[in-house]
Amino acid sequence: MTRETLLNTLLMALLIGVPLWAWVADEPFTITLATRAVIFALAAVGLNIALGLGGLVSLGHAVYFGIGGYAMGILAYHAQTYTPLMAWPFVIEGTKFMPVIWLVAMVVSAVVAFVIGLLSLRTSGVYFIMITLAFGQMFYFFTISWPRYGGEDGLSIYVRNGFPGLNTLDPIQFFAICLALLCAVLWLNARIVKSPFGLALGAARQVPQRVETVGLDPFRLKLVALVISGTICGLAGALFADLNRFVSPTMFSWQMSGELIVFIILGGLGRVFGPVAGATLFVLLEHLLGGVSDYFLFYVGLLLLLVVLFTPGGIYGILLGRSKS
Amino acid sequence: MSLLSLSQVTADYGASQALFGVDLTVGEGEVVALMGRNGMGKSTTVRAICRMVTSQGTMRFAGQDISGLSSHAVARLGVGLVPETRRAFRDLTVRENLLAVARPGHWDFAKVVALFPRLQERSAQRAGSLSGGEQQMLVIGRALITNPRLLILDEATEGLSPLIRQEIWTSIAQLKHETGLSILVIDKSLKELRQICDRATVLERGRSVWDGPISDLDSETSRRFLGV
Repeated sequence: MTRETLLNTLLMALLIGVPLWAWVADEPFTITLATRAVIFALAAVGLNIALGLGGLVSLGHAVYFGIGGYAMGILAYHAQTYTPLMAWPFVIEGTKFMPVIWLVAMVVSAVVAFVIGLLSLRTSGVYFIMITLAFGQMFYFFTISWPRYGGEDGLSIYVRNGFPGLNTLDPIQFFAICLALLCAVLWLNARIVKSPFGLALGAARQVPQRVETVGLDPFRLKLVALVISGTICGLAGALFADLNRFVSPTMFSWQMSGELIVFIILGGLGRVFGPVAGATLFVLLEHLLGGVSDYFLFYVGLLLLLVVLFTPGGIYGILLGRSKS
Repeated sequence: MSLLSLSQVTADYGASQALFGVDLTVGEGEVVALMGRNGMGKSTTVRAICRMVTSQGTMRFAGQDISGLSSHAVARLGVGLVPETRRAFRDLTVRENLLAVARPGHWDFAKVVALFPRLQERSAQRAGSLSGGEQQMLVIGRALITNPRLLILDEATEGLSPLIRQEIWTSIAQLKHETGLSILVIDKSLKELRQICDRATVLERGRSVWDGPISDLDSETSRRFLGV
Protein backbone atom coordinates (compact mmCIF):
# COMPACT_ATOMS: atom_id res chain seq x y z
CA MET A 1 0.00 0.00 0.00
CA THR A 2 1.46 3.37 -0.97
CA ARG A 3 1.40 6.27 1.45
CA GLU A 4 -1.22 7.96 -0.68
CA THR A 5 -3.52 4.94 -0.47
CA LEU A 6 -2.98 4.84 3.28
CA LEU A 7 -3.88 8.51 3.54
CA ASN A 8 -6.99 7.98 1.39
CA THR A 9 -8.04 5.11 3.63
CA LEU A 10 -7.50 7.17 6.80
CA LEU A 11 -9.50 10.03 5.36
CA MET A 12 -12.42 7.80 4.45
CA ALA A 13 -12.21 6.07 7.83
CA LEU A 14 -12.47 9.49 9.47
CA LEU A 15 -15.43 10.44 7.30
CA ILE A 16 -17.21 7.22 8.18
CA GLY A 17 -16.03 6.87 11.78
CA VAL A 18 -16.97 10.28 13.11
CA PRO A 19 -20.64 10.12 12.04
CA LEU A 20 -20.88 6.55 13.32
CA TRP A 21 -19.55 7.70 16.66
CA ALA A 22 -21.95 10.64 16.62
CA TRP A 23 -24.80 8.28 15.85
CA VAL A 24 -23.96 6.09 18.81
CA ALA A 25 -23.43 9.14 21.03
CA ASP A 26 -26.64 10.70 19.72
CA GLU A 27 -25.05 13.86 18.33
CA PRO A 28 -27.11 14.51 15.18
CA PHE A 29 -25.48 17.87 14.56
CA THR A 30 -22.09 16.23 14.06
CA ILE A 31 -23.64 13.91 11.50
CA THR A 32 -25.12 16.88 9.66
CA LEU A 33 -21.69 18.52 9.69
CA ALA A 34 -20.13 15.39 8.22
CA THR A 35 -22.89 15.26 5.59
CA ARG A 36 -22.10 18.84 4.67
CA ALA A 37 -18.42 17.91 4.26
CA VAL A 38 -19.30 14.90 2.12
CA ILE A 39 -21.54 16.94 -0.17
CA PHE A 40 -18.96 19.69 -0.58
CA ALA A 41 -16.39 16.97 -1.27
CA LEU A 42 -18.66 15.54 -3.95
CA ALA A 43 -18.96 18.92 -5.66
CA ALA A 44 -15.21 19.52 -5.38
CA VAL A 45 -14.42 16.08 -6.81
CA GLY A 46 -16.65 17.08 -9.71
CA LEU A 47 -14.84 20.37 -10.22
CA ASN A 48 -11.50 18.57 -9.92
CA ILE A 49 -12.20 16.66 -13.13
CA ALA A 50 -12.30 19.96 -15.00
CA LEU A 51 -9.68 21.78 -12.91
CA GLY A 52 -7.18 19.17 -11.79
CA LEU A 53 -7.35 16.86 -14.76
CA GLY A 54 -8.36 19.20 -17.57
CA GLY A 55 -6.63 22.35 -16.33
CA LEU A 56 -9.85 24.33 -16.74
CA VAL A 57 -9.99 27.01 -14.07
CA SER A 58 -13.74 27.44 -13.96
CA LEU A 59 -14.95 30.16 -11.65
CA GLY A 60 -18.51 29.28 -12.52
CA HIS A 61 -19.09 25.82 -11.14
CA ALA A 62 -21.66 27.21 -8.73
CA VAL A 63 -23.90 27.22 -11.82
CA TYR A 64 -24.16 23.44 -11.71
CA PHE A 65 -24.32 23.32 -7.93
CA GLY A 66 -27.15 25.84 -8.05
CA ILE A 67 -28.94 24.07 -10.88
CA GLY A 68 -28.87 20.90 -8.80
CA GLY A 69 -30.25 22.85 -5.87
CA TYR A 70 -33.04 24.44 -7.87
CA ALA A 71 -33.88 21.16 -9.61
CA MET A 72 -34.55 19.76 -6.17
CA GLY A 73 -36.24 22.95 -4.94
CA ILE A 74 -38.58 23.37 -7.87
CA LEU A 75 -39.60 19.71 -8.12
CA ALA A 76 -40.18 19.39 -4.39
CA TYR A 77 -41.97 22.76 -4.21
CA HIS A 78 -44.51 21.65 -6.80
CA ALA A 79 -44.93 18.33 -5.03
CA GLN A 80 -45.53 19.93 -1.65
CA THR A 81 -47.97 22.52 -3.03
CA TYR A 82 -49.71 19.97 -5.26
CA THR A 83 -49.36 22.21 -8.29
CA PRO A 84 -48.13 20.90 -11.62
CA LEU A 85 -44.73 22.11 -12.80
CA MET A 86 -46.12 22.39 -16.29
CA ALA A 87 -49.71 22.05 -17.50
CA TRP A 88 -49.32 22.44 -21.22
CA PRO A 89 -48.76 20.70 -23.69
CA PHE A 90 -48.55 17.86 -21.21
CA VAL A 91 -48.69 17.79 -17.44
CA ILE A 92 -45.48 17.48 -15.45
CA GLU A 93 -45.90 17.04 -11.72
CA GLY A 94 -43.36 17.81 -9.04
CA THR A 95 -41.75 14.97 -7.16
CA LYS A 96 -40.31 14.15 -3.74
CA PHE A 97 -38.50 11.08 -5.03
CA MET A 98 -34.74 11.53 -4.72
CA PRO A 99 -33.54 9.39 -7.66
CA VAL A 100 -35.75 11.34 -10.08
CA ILE A 101 -34.58 14.64 -8.60
CA TRP A 102 -30.93 13.56 -8.96
CA LEU A 103 -31.52 12.51 -12.55
CA VAL A 104 -33.14 15.84 -13.42
CA ALA A 105 -30.39 17.76 -11.61
CA MET A 106 -27.69 15.84 -13.48
CA VAL A 107 -29.29 16.02 -16.92
CA VAL A 108 -29.99 19.75 -16.69
CA SER A 109 -26.47 20.40 -15.37
CA ALA A 110 -24.98 18.33 -18.18
CA VAL A 111 -26.93 20.23 -20.84
CA VAL A 112 -26.00 23.61 -19.34
CA ALA A 113 -22.34 22.54 -19.00
CA PHE A 114 -22.38 21.51 -22.65
CA VAL A 115 -23.71 24.88 -23.79
CA ILE A 116 -21.42 26.88 -21.48
CA GLY A 117 -18.51 24.71 -22.62
CA LEU A 118 -19.26 25.28 -26.31
CA LEU A 119 -19.04 29.02 -25.74
CA SER A 120 -16.37 29.32 -23.05
CA LEU A 121 -13.86 26.72 -24.25
CA ARG A 122 -13.12 28.86 -27.28
CA THR A 123 -11.22 31.03 -24.84
CA SER A 124 -8.46 30.12 -22.45
CA GLY A 125 -6.56 31.47 -19.48
CA VAL A 126 -7.97 34.53 -17.81
CA TYR A 127 -10.72 34.90 -20.43
CA PHE A 128 -11.98 31.44 -19.61
CA ILE A 129 -12.08 32.34 -15.92
CA MET A 130 -13.98 35.54 -16.69
CA ILE A 131 -16.51 33.97 -19.02
CA THR A 132 -17.31 31.16 -16.58
CA LEU A 133 -17.66 33.75 -13.84
CA ALA A 134 -20.02 35.72 -16.07
CA PHE A 135 -22.23 32.67 -16.61
CA GLY A 136 -22.31 32.13 -12.86
CA GLN A 137 -23.42 35.71 -12.27
CA MET A 138 -26.08 35.41 -14.97
CA PHE A 139 -27.67 32.49 -13.16
CA TYR A 140 -27.28 34.21 -9.80
CA PHE A 141 -29.09 37.37 -10.86
CA PHE A 142 -31.67 35.42 -12.80
CA THR A 143 -32.72 33.44 -9.72
CA ILE A 144 -32.73 36.59 -7.59
CA SER A 145 -35.29 38.09 -9.93
CA TRP A 146 -37.39 34.96 -10.32
CA PRO A 147 -40.31 35.59 -7.94
CA ARG A 148 -42.11 32.39 -8.82
CA TYR A 149 -39.52 30.42 -6.89
CA GLY A 150 -38.86 32.78 -4.04
CA GLY A 151 -36.50 35.24 -5.70
CA GLU A 152 -33.88 36.42 -3.30
CA ASP A 153 -35.52 34.63 -0.36
CA GLY A 154 -35.20 31.21 -1.93
CA LEU A 155 -37.43 28.21 -1.49
CA SER A 156 -38.07 26.21 1.67
CA ILE A 157 -38.93 22.55 1.42
CA TYR A 158 -40.65 21.29 4.54
CA VAL A 159 -39.89 17.60 4.43
CA ARG A 160 -36.76 16.04 3.07
CA ASN A 161 -37.26 14.09 -0.16
CA GLY A 162 -37.60 10.34 -0.01
CA PHE A 163 -35.45 7.44 -1.02
CA PRO A 164 -36.98 3.95 -1.30
CA GLY A 165 -36.31 1.82 1.74
CA LEU A 166 -34.67 4.57 3.80
CA ASN A 167 -35.83 7.19 6.22
CA THR A 168 -34.03 10.23 4.86
CA LEU A 169 -35.03 12.36 7.83
CA ASP A 170 -32.75 10.26 9.98
CA PRO A 171 -29.40 12.09 9.71
CA ILE A 172 -27.28 8.95 9.61
CA GLN A 173 -29.34 7.46 6.79
CA PHE A 174 -29.16 10.62 4.70
CA PHE A 175 -25.43 10.73 5.44
CA ALA A 176 -25.10 7.17 4.17
CA ILE A 177 -26.78 8.12 0.89
CA CYS A 178 -24.41 11.04 0.37
CA LEU A 179 -21.37 8.98 1.31
CA ALA A 180 -22.36 6.18 -1.07
CA LEU A 181 -22.68 8.70 -3.89
CA LEU A 182 -19.32 10.24 -3.01
CA CYS A 183 -17.69 6.79 -3.08
CA ALA A 184 -19.28 6.02 -6.44
CA VAL A 185 -18.03 9.30 -7.89
CA LEU A 186 -14.54 8.79 -6.44
CA TRP A 187 -14.43 5.36 -8.03
CA LEU A 188 -15.60 6.83 -11.33
CA ASN A 189 -13.00 9.58 -11.06
CA ALA A 190 -10.19 7.09 -10.42
CA ARG A 191 -11.32 5.15 -13.47
CA ILE A 192 -11.43 8.28 -15.60
CA VAL A 193 -7.91 9.30 -14.58
CA LYS A 194 -6.51 5.99 -15.82
CA SER A 195 -8.71 5.69 -18.91
CA PRO A 196 -7.46 6.68 -22.38
CA PHE A 197 -9.81 9.68 -22.15
CA GLY A 198 -8.29 10.82 -18.85
CA LEU A 199 -4.74 10.29 -20.08
CA ALA A 200 -5.47 12.21 -23.26
CA LEU A 201 -7.08 15.00 -21.25
CA GLY A 202 -4.00 15.20 -19.04
CA ALA A 203 -1.81 15.31 -22.13
CA ALA A 204 -3.97 18.01 -23.68
CA ARG A 205 -3.56 20.10 -20.53
CA GLN A 206 0.22 19.83 -20.78
CA VAL A 207 0.84 20.17 -24.54
CA PRO A 208 -2.32 21.16 -26.43
CA GLN A 209 -0.76 21.32 -29.93
CA ARG A 210 0.95 17.99 -29.52
CA VAL A 211 -2.24 16.05 -28.89
CA GLU A 212 -3.72 17.43 -32.10
CA THR A 213 -1.03 15.82 -34.24
CA VAL A 214 -1.89 12.44 -32.77
CA GLY A 215 -5.53 12.86 -33.70
CA LEU A 216 -7.05 14.10 -30.47
CA ASP A 217 -9.29 17.13 -30.42
CA PRO A 218 -8.48 19.15 -27.27
CA PHE A 219 -11.72 21.09 -27.54
CA ARG A 220 -13.80 17.94 -27.46
CA LEU A 221 -11.76 16.43 -24.62
CA LYS A 222 -12.25 19.55 -22.51
CA LEU A 223 -15.92 19.75 -23.37
CA VAL A 224 -16.50 16.19 -22.22
CA ALA A 225 -14.54 16.87 -19.04
CA LEU A 226 -16.62 19.97 -18.35
CA VAL A 227 -19.87 18.08 -18.89
CA ILE A 228 -18.85 15.23 -16.55
CA SER A 229 -17.65 17.79 -14.03
CA GLY A 230 -20.85 19.85 -14.19
CA THR A 231 -23.03 16.76 -13.91
CA ILE A 232 -21.35 15.72 -10.66
CA CYS A 233 -21.67 19.26 -9.25
CA GLY A 234 -25.36 19.19 -10.15
CA LEU A 235 -25.84 16.02 -8.15
CA ALA A 236 -24.00 17.57 -5.21
CA GLY A 237 -26.23 20.65 -5.45
CA ALA A 238 -29.39 18.54 -5.24
CA LEU A 239 -28.05 16.81 -2.13
CA PHE A 240 -26.98 20.09 -0.56
CA ALA A 241 -30.46 21.52 -1.05
CA ASP A 242 -31.92 18.39 0.48
CA LEU A 243 -29.57 18.64 3.44
CA ASN A 244 -30.69 22.19 4.19
CA ARG A 245 -34.24 21.69 2.88
CA PHE A 246 -33.72 25.11 1.40
CA VAL A 247 -32.41 26.62 -1.83
CA SER A 248 -31.52 30.20 -2.51
CA PRO A 249 -29.56 32.16 -5.10
CA THR A 250 -26.44 32.00 -2.89
CA MET A 251 -25.89 28.52 -4.27
CA PHE A 252 -25.18 30.28 -7.58
CA SER A 253 -22.91 32.92 -6.06
CA TRP A 254 -19.33 33.32 -7.21
CA GLN A 255 -18.20 32.79 -3.61
CA MET A 256 -19.58 29.28 -3.92
CA SER A 257 -17.51 28.69 -7.07
CA GLY A 258 -14.50 30.09 -5.24
CA GLU A 259 -15.01 27.83 -2.24
CA LEU A 260 -15.02 24.78 -4.49
CA ILE A 261 -11.65 25.85 -5.88
CA VAL A 262 -10.40 26.45 -2.34
CA PHE A 263 -11.34 22.88 -1.36
CA ILE A 264 -9.24 21.53 -4.21
CA ILE A 265 -6.25 23.73 -3.50
CA LEU A 266 -6.37 23.01 0.23
CA GLY A 267 -6.60 19.28 -0.39
CA GLY A 268 -4.13 18.95 -3.21
CA LEU A 269 -4.58 19.70 -6.88
CA GLY A 270 -4.70 16.74 -9.23
CA ARG A 271 -5.26 14.06 -6.58
CA VAL A 272 -8.43 12.03 -6.63
CA PHE A 273 -8.97 12.34 -2.87
CA GLY A 274 -7.53 15.86 -2.55
CA PRO A 275 -10.90 17.64 -2.78
CA VAL A 276 -12.31 15.33 -0.09
CA ALA A 277 -9.53 16.30 2.30
CA GLY A 278 -9.96 19.97 1.41
CA ALA A 279 -13.72 20.01 1.87
CA THR A 280 -13.47 18.14 5.17
CA LEU A 281 -10.86 20.53 6.49
CA PHE A 282 -12.92 23.51 5.38
CA VAL A 283 -16.08 22.33 7.08
CA LEU A 284 -14.08 21.51 10.20
CA LEU A 285 -12.52 24.98 10.27
CA GLU A 286 -15.85 26.61 9.51
CA HIS A 287 -17.31 24.82 12.53
CA LEU A 288 -14.41 25.25 14.96
CA LEU A 289 -13.34 28.78 14.05
CA GLY A 290 -16.87 29.92 13.26
CA GLY A 291 -17.67 29.45 16.94
CA VAL A 292 -14.63 31.41 18.07
CA SER A 293 -14.66 34.30 15.67
CA ASP A 294 -16.99 35.92 13.17
CA TYR A 295 -14.02 36.36 10.92
CA PHE A 296 -13.25 32.71 10.41
CA LEU A 297 -12.91 33.22 6.65
CA PHE A 298 -9.97 35.49 7.40
CA TYR A 299 -8.19 32.55 9.00
CA VAL A 300 -9.16 30.25 6.15
CA GLY A 301 -7.69 32.84 3.79
CA LEU A 302 -4.52 32.94 5.81
CA LEU A 303 -4.27 29.18 5.71
CA LEU A 304 -4.88 29.15 1.98
CA LEU A 305 -2.13 31.71 1.52
CA LEU A 306 0.30 29.55 3.48
CA VAL A 307 -0.69 26.45 1.54
CA VAL A 308 -0.28 28.12 -1.84
CA LEU A 309 3.00 29.75 -0.92
CA PHE A 310 4.72 26.90 0.86
CA THR A 311 3.04 23.64 -0.08
CA PRO A 312 1.62 23.70 -3.58
CA GLY A 313 0.49 20.11 -3.09
CA GLY A 314 -2.04 21.04 -0.39
CA ILE A 315 -2.70 18.70 2.54
CA TYR A 316 -1.67 15.74 0.44
CA GLY A 317 1.54 17.51 -0.50
CA ILE A 318 2.34 18.21 3.17
CA LEU A 319 1.62 14.70 4.35
CA LEU A 320 3.24 12.91 1.45
CA GLY A 321 6.22 15.23 1.39
CA ARG A 322 6.18 15.90 -2.32
CA SER A 323 3.99 17.67 -4.78
CA LYS A 324 2.62 16.02 -7.85
CA SER A 325 2.30 18.07 -10.97
CA MET B 1 -3.28 6.69 -57.17
CA SER B 2 -0.98 8.20 -54.61
CA LEU B 3 -1.83 8.30 -50.93
CA LEU B 4 -0.65 11.85 -50.42
CA SER B 5 -0.41 14.45 -53.14
CA LEU B 6 0.50 18.10 -52.86
CA SER B 7 0.25 20.36 -55.85
CA GLN B 8 1.56 23.91 -55.95
CA VAL B 9 1.29 24.36 -52.21
CA THR B 10 2.23 27.73 -50.80
CA ALA B 11 2.39 28.64 -47.14
CA ASP B 12 3.28 31.60 -45.00
CA TYR B 13 3.92 32.56 -41.42
CA GLY B 14 2.05 35.84 -41.47
CA ALA B 15 4.20 38.28 -43.40
CA SER B 16 6.96 35.89 -44.40
CA GLN B 17 6.21 33.36 -47.08
CA ALA B 18 7.89 30.00 -46.60
CA LEU B 19 6.57 27.83 -49.42
CA PHE B 20 6.26 29.08 -53.00
CA GLY B 21 5.01 25.99 -54.81
CA VAL B 22 5.63 22.50 -53.53
CA ASP B 23 4.65 19.39 -55.47
CA LEU B 24 4.97 16.17 -53.57
CA THR B 25 3.49 12.71 -53.80
CA VAL B 26 3.77 9.65 -51.60
CA GLY B 27 2.35 6.41 -52.97
CA GLU B 28 0.83 3.54 -51.05
CA GLY B 29 3.68 1.63 -49.39
CA GLU B 30 6.26 4.08 -50.68
CA VAL B 31 9.09 5.61 -48.65
CA VAL B 32 9.87 9.12 -49.82
CA ALA B 33 12.63 11.44 -48.69
CA LEU B 34 11.92 15.15 -48.48
CA MET B 35 15.29 16.79 -48.91
CA GLY B 36 16.82 20.22 -49.06
CA ARG B 37 19.15 22.44 -47.09
CA ASN B 38 18.16 24.20 -43.89
CA GLY B 39 15.41 26.73 -44.26
CA MET B 40 14.24 25.48 -47.65
CA GLY B 41 10.78 24.54 -46.42
CA LYS B 42 10.92 20.87 -45.46
CA SER B 43 9.41 21.28 -42.03
CA THR B 44 6.95 23.89 -43.26
CA THR B 45 5.74 21.40 -45.87
CA VAL B 46 5.14 18.90 -43.09
CA ARG B 47 3.40 21.54 -41.03
CA ALA B 48 1.19 22.37 -44.00
CA ILE B 49 0.22 18.71 -44.43
CA CYS B 50 -0.59 18.48 -40.73
CA ARG B 51 -2.52 21.75 -40.90
CA MET B 52 -0.32 23.55 -38.42
CA VAL B 53 0.34 26.48 -40.76
CA THR B 54 -2.00 28.26 -43.16
CA SER B 55 -1.45 27.18 -46.73
CA GLN B 56 -2.95 27.41 -50.21
CA GLY B 57 -2.89 24.95 -53.08
CA THR B 58 -4.16 21.43 -53.46
CA MET B 59 -3.50 18.81 -50.80
CA ARG B 60 -5.14 15.43 -51.00
CA PHE B 61 -4.75 12.50 -48.68
CA ALA B 62 -6.39 9.14 -49.39
CA GLY B 63 -8.53 10.79 -52.03
CA GLN B 64 -9.79 13.50 -49.70
CA ASP B 65 -9.10 17.21 -49.81
CA ILE B 66 -7.35 17.96 -46.54
CA SER B 67 -6.61 21.64 -47.03
CA GLY B 68 -9.64 22.74 -45.00
CA LEU B 69 -9.31 20.26 -42.17
CA SER B 70 -8.05 20.79 -38.65
CA SER B 71 -4.88 19.19 -37.32
CA HIS B 72 -6.61 16.44 -35.43
CA ALA B 73 -8.90 15.62 -38.32
CA VAL B 74 -5.90 15.09 -40.62
CA ALA B 75 -4.31 12.89 -37.97
CA ARG B 76 -7.52 10.90 -37.70
CA LEU B 77 -7.54 10.35 -41.46
CA GLY B 78 -4.24 8.56 -41.02
CA VAL B 79 -1.34 10.98 -40.97
CA GLY B 80 1.00 10.09 -38.11
CA LEU B 81 3.51 12.80 -37.37
CA VAL B 82 6.79 12.46 -35.51
CA PRO B 83 7.51 16.13 -35.07
CA GLU B 84 10.88 17.79 -35.29
CA THR B 85 10.90 18.88 -31.66
CA ARG B 86 10.30 15.51 -30.11
CA ARG B 87 8.11 15.86 -27.14
CA ALA B 88 6.44 13.05 -25.32
CA PHE B 89 3.76 13.77 -22.71
CA ARG B 90 6.32 14.16 -19.95
CA ASP B 91 4.09 13.53 -16.95
CA LEU B 92 2.59 10.35 -18.31
CA THR B 93 4.39 7.03 -18.19
CA VAL B 94 5.59 5.36 -21.37
CA ARG B 95 2.62 3.05 -21.32
CA GLU B 96 0.18 5.90 -20.68
CA ASN B 97 1.70 7.95 -23.52
CA LEU B 98 0.82 5.14 -25.88
CA LEU B 99 -2.57 4.23 -24.44
CA ALA B 100 -3.77 7.84 -24.41
CA VAL B 101 -3.69 8.05 -28.20
CA ALA B 102 -4.15 4.45 -29.34
CA ARG B 103 -6.64 3.77 -32.09
CA PRO B 104 -7.74 0.35 -33.29
CA GLY B 105 -5.69 -1.34 -35.97
CA HIS B 106 -2.53 -3.34 -36.56
CA TRP B 107 -0.43 -1.43 -34.04
CA ASP B 108 -1.08 -1.95 -30.36
CA PHE B 109 1.01 -1.66 -27.23
CA ALA B 110 2.58 -5.10 -27.65
CA LYS B 111 3.61 -4.44 -31.24
CA VAL B 112 5.11 -1.05 -30.44
CA VAL B 113 7.25 -2.41 -27.62
CA ALA B 114 8.25 -5.33 -29.81
CA LEU B 115 9.59 -2.80 -32.30
CA PHE B 116 11.31 -0.78 -29.56
CA PRO B 117 12.26 -3.20 -26.79
CA ARG B 118 13.74 -0.34 -24.75
CA LEU B 119 10.20 1.01 -24.29
CA GLN B 120 9.13 -2.30 -22.78
CA GLU B 121 11.76 -1.95 -20.04
CA ARG B 122 10.70 1.62 -19.38
CA SER B 123 6.94 1.14 -19.67
CA ALA B 124 6.12 2.29 -16.12
CA GLN B 125 8.59 5.19 -16.16
CA ARG B 126 7.61 8.81 -16.67
CA ALA B 127 8.35 9.94 -20.21
CA GLY B 128 10.10 13.03 -18.89
CA SER B 129 12.74 10.88 -17.26
CA LEU B 130 13.71 9.03 -20.43
CA SER B 131 16.85 9.70 -22.46
CA GLY B 132 16.54 11.60 -25.72
CA GLY B 133 16.77 8.45 -27.80
CA GLU B 134 14.14 6.66 -25.75
CA GLN B 135 11.86 9.66 -25.98
CA GLN B 136 12.27 9.64 -29.73
CA MET B 137 11.37 5.97 -29.87
CA LEU B 138 8.35 6.70 -27.71
CA VAL B 139 7.23 9.51 -30.01
CA ILE B 140 7.60 7.22 -33.05
CA GLY B 141 5.70 4.54 -31.17
CA ARG B 142 3.04 7.08 -30.24
CA ALA B 143 2.57 7.96 -33.91
CA LEU B 144 2.41 4.27 -34.86
CA ILE B 145 -0.17 3.33 -32.26
CA THR B 146 -2.60 5.79 -33.85
CA ASN B 147 -2.41 3.36 -36.78
CA PRO B 148 -1.56 5.87 -39.49
CA ARG B 149 -1.52 5.16 -43.20
CA LEU B 150 1.32 7.61 -43.66
CA LEU B 151 4.10 8.13 -41.14
CA ILE B 152 5.96 11.43 -41.30
CA LEU B 153 9.38 11.47 -39.65
CA ASP B 154 10.72 15.00 -39.31
CA GLU B 155 14.39 14.76 -38.32
CA ALA B 156 13.76 11.66 -36.26
CA THR B 157 17.44 11.00 -35.59
CA GLU B 158 18.54 14.59 -35.07
CA GLY B 159 20.83 15.10 -32.10
CA LEU B 160 21.02 11.45 -31.06
CA SER B 161 24.08 9.29 -30.51
CA PRO B 162 25.26 7.16 -33.48
CA LEU B 163 24.24 3.96 -31.72
CA ILE B 164 20.69 5.12 -31.10
CA ARG B 165 20.44 6.54 -34.61
CA GLN B 166 21.36 3.14 -35.96
CA GLU B 167 18.74 1.50 -33.80
CA ILE B 168 16.06 3.89 -35.03
CA TRP B 169 17.04 3.45 -38.68
CA THR B 170 16.89 -0.32 -38.25
CA SER B 171 13.37 0.01 -36.84
CA ILE B 172 12.32 2.25 -39.72
CA ALA B 173 13.67 -0.28 -42.23
CA GLN B 174 11.77 -2.97 -40.38
CA LEU B 175 8.59 -0.88 -40.66
CA LYS B 176 9.10 -0.54 -44.39
CA HIS B 177 9.72 -4.19 -45.06
CA GLU B 178 7.35 -5.80 -42.62
CA THR B 179 4.30 -3.56 -42.69
CA GLY B 180 4.52 -1.74 -46.01
CA LEU B 181 3.66 1.55 -44.31
CA SER B 182 3.99 4.69 -46.40
CA ILE B 183 6.65 6.94 -44.93
CA LEU B 184 7.75 10.50 -45.61
CA VAL B 185 11.23 11.11 -44.16
CA ILE B 186 13.16 14.27 -43.54
CA ASP B 187 16.73 13.69 -42.48
CA LYS B 188 20.20 15.06 -42.96
CA SER B 189 21.88 11.72 -43.43
CA LEU B 190 21.96 11.07 -47.19
CA LYS B 191 23.55 7.67 -46.70
CA GLU B 192 20.69 6.36 -44.59
CA LEU B 193 18.08 7.91 -46.86
CA ARG B 194 19.61 6.23 -49.91
CA GLN B 195 19.35 2.88 -48.17
CA ILE B 196 15.75 3.17 -47.14
CA CYS B 197 13.91 5.46 -49.55
CA ASP B 198 12.36 4.70 -52.89
CA ARG B 199 12.01 8.23 -54.06
CA ALA B 200 13.11 11.72 -53.16
CA THR B 201 11.73 15.21 -53.57
CA VAL B 202 14.18 18.06 -53.21
CA LEU B 203 13.13 21.52 -52.06
CA GLU B 204 14.97 24.74 -52.82
CA ARG B 205 13.74 28.08 -51.49
CA GLY B 206 10.24 26.79 -50.87
CA ARG B 207 9.83 25.11 -54.26
CA SER B 208 10.16 21.50 -55.28
CA VAL B 209 12.99 21.41 -57.81
CA TRP B 210 13.78 17.73 -58.22
CA ASP B 211 11.78 14.57 -57.95
CA GLY B 212 12.62 11.00 -58.86
CA PRO B 213 13.94 7.66 -57.68
CA ILE B 214 16.54 8.32 -55.01
CA SER B 215 19.04 6.20 -56.92
CA ASP B 216 18.88 8.76 -59.73
CA LEU B 217 19.97 11.53 -57.41
CA ASP B 218 23.40 12.20 -58.88
CA SER B 219 26.30 13.98 -57.26
CA GLU B 220 25.74 17.07 -59.41
CA THR B 221 22.15 17.48 -58.14
CA SER B 222 23.02 16.74 -54.55
CA ARG B 223 25.93 19.19 -54.63
CA ARG B 224 23.76 21.88 -56.13
CA PHE B 225 20.72 21.52 -53.84
CA LEU B 226 21.94 19.72 -50.78
CA GLY B 227 25.47 21.00 -50.48
CA VAL B 228 26.97 17.52 -50.21
